[in-house]
Amino acid sequence: MKFRYASLPYLVWSAVFVLVPLGLVAVFAFTTQDGAFTIDNIARVSNYTPVFMRSVWLAVLATAICLGMGYPLAYLMSRMNGVSQRTMVMLIMLPMWINFLLRTYAWMTLLENNGVINSLLRALGFGTVRMINTQGAVVLGMVYNYLPFMILPLYSIMTKIDNRVIEAAQDLGANPFLVFSRVIFPLSIPGISTGVTMVFVPSISTFIISRMLGGGSNMLIGDLIDAQFLGNAYNPNLGAAISMVLMVFILMVMSIFNQFDDSEDREGMLI
Amino acid sequence: MRFLKRFYVALVMLFLYLPIGVLILYSFNASKSRSVWSGFSLRWYRDLFSNELILTSLYNTIVVALCASVIAAILGTAAAMGIYSIRNRWFKSMIMNVTYMPILNPEIVMGVSLLLLFVSVNQIGAGISAATGIPMPELNLGYLTLVIAHVTFCTPYVILNVLPKLRQMDKYVYEAALDLGCSPVMAFFKVIIPEIMPGMATGFLMALTYSVDDFIISYFVSSATSQTLPVTIGAMVRKRISPEINALSAIIFVVVLVVLLIINLSALRKERLLQKKQGGAAG
Repeated sequence: MKFRYASLPYLVWSAVFVLVPLGLVAVFAFTTQDGAFTIDNIARVSNYTPVFMRSVWLAVLATAICLGMGYPLAYLMSRMNGVSQRTMVMLIMLPMWINFLLRTYAWMTLLENNGVINSLLRALGFGTVRMINTQGAVVLGMVYNYLPFMILPLYSIMTKIDNRVIEAAQDLGANPFLVFSRVIFPLSIPGISTGVTMVFVPSISTFIISRMLGGGSNMLIGDLIDAQFLGNAYNPNLGAAISMVLMVFILMVMSIFNQFDDSEDREGMLI
Repeated sequence: MRFLKRFYVALVMLFLYLPIGVLILYSFNASKSRSVWSGFSLRWYRDLFSNELILTSLYNTIVVALCASVIAAILGTAAAMGIYSIRNRWFKSMIMNVTYMPILNPEIVMGVSLLLLFVSVNQIGAGISAATGIPMPELNLGYLTLVIAHVTFCTPYVILNVLPKLRQMDKYVYEAALDLGCSPVMAFFKVIIPEIMPGMATGFLMALTYSVDDFIISYFVSSATSQTLPVTIGAMVRKRISPEINALSAIIFVVVLVVLLIINLSALRKERLLQKKQGGAAG
C-alpha cells in the first residue's frame, strides 16, 4: 500500500512540538539569561538534593503501596465472570472522570484537623490525629490518584492467564505459594512493569498534590519546577535544568526497569 | 475465603469512592465551608448557572477538547497509515519512540518545554521585526497554544489505537477493491475506513477524555482569558474552591455514570440474546 507519505504531517508536527521543545529545555538548561553557555544551572540543581531525595522516596513508597493494593485486586478481578469484570473496570475508571484536583480537595476535607475523619475519631473517644500537611498525606494523595493506572494494566495482563494453567500447577502438586511464585507472578511481570512505570512517573513529577496535602513544607521536584516558571522564584534556565535532570533520571530508571520486561510489543501498554 | 475476597474488593472501592461521596455530599451543603455541615441546600446548583468564570471555563474546555481531538484523530489516523506502510524497520521504530515520548515523558516537562517553545518563538519574532521593521505575528498564550499542546499529547493515543486495527486488516481486500475499479481514494473510504473505525473511535474518545481532564500541561500554556476548567480549579485550590464546582462535578459524575450504565446494560442484553440464540441452535 502506498500510504507512506500519510505520516508526513505527523512527523513534522512531532518534530516541531515534541523534539524542538525538548531541545529548547536542553538549550535553556545550559545557558544564562543572556544566552551565554554555562553549566551553572546544572550545578545549582545539586542544591536541591533533599527535594530530589524526598520526591524519589515518596514516589517509590506510593508505587509500592499501589502495587501492594492493586495486585490482589487485579487478580481477583481477572478471575471474576464476564459481567463482574466489566462492572469492576467501569467502577475503577469512573472516579477518573472527576478532575484529580477536586478529588484531592475532597481528601483535604477528610483529613483536616477538624475534618470528617477526625470528627469521627473524636466522637468515638479517640484524640485528634494530625493527618493533613504530612508526608503520609502526600503519599495517600499519590496512591489515590494513580491506583487505577496500576490496577488496569495488571488486570489486562492477568485476564490473559489461562485458568487451566493454574489448575495444571495445582494438579501437579504445587501449593498456593508455589502456584503464585512459579505461575501467576512470572506471567504478570509485563503488567507489573507497565503499572509501576505509570504510577512512578506521575508520582515523582507531581506538583500540586504535594502542595494541597503536604502543606508548604513537603515541596517536591514538580513544585520546584513550577516555582521557576510560573511561581515567584522566576528563573526559566534553572527550571529547565531541573526538568532535564528529572527527565534523565526517569529515563534511567525506566530503562533499568524495562530490562525485566522482555515482551516485544509495547502496544498493549496503556490500552 | 470468599468473604475475605469480597471484603477486600469492598475496601478498595470504599477508598476510591469516599472522597467522591464527600464531594457530592458537600455540594448540597448550605454554607460555603468545606468541612462544616450546615444543612441541605440546592443553592450551589442554582448559583452554578450564574457563575461566569465557571461557565466560561467549561465552554473553553469543550471548545479546546473538540478541536484538539478532531485534529488528533485526523493527524493520528494519517500517521498510523503511514507508519503501517513504512518498510524500513529502523525508521519505523524511531517514529514509534517519538510517539511514545509525550506519553512517557512527565507531563510537567512536556508543559514546560512547550511553554519555552512558545516564548522563544515570540522572542525570535520580536527580534526579526525589530531588525527588519516587518511586523511578525505574535504567538500569545491562549486558545491556539492550548489546542497545539492538546493535539501534541492526544495524537499518540489515536495512533496506538488505529495501528492494531490496520495490522488485523486483510490488506488484499484493499487490493481487490482497486482491481475491481476503485480509485485509491474511494478504496480508502470504502474499505480501510470501515475497518479501522473502532480504533479511530476509541482513539478519539481517549483524546477527548485526556483533553477535558488535563491540568498540568494546560496550566503552563493557557492565559488568564483562555483557562480551561481544570486550570480554573487549580487556581481556586490555592485560595478556596467555590462550592459551585462541586455541584458541577456531581452533575458530570452522574451523567457519566448513567451513560456507562446504559452502555454496559445494552452490551449485557446483547450478550444474553446471543447466548440464547446459540443455545437454541444447539438444542
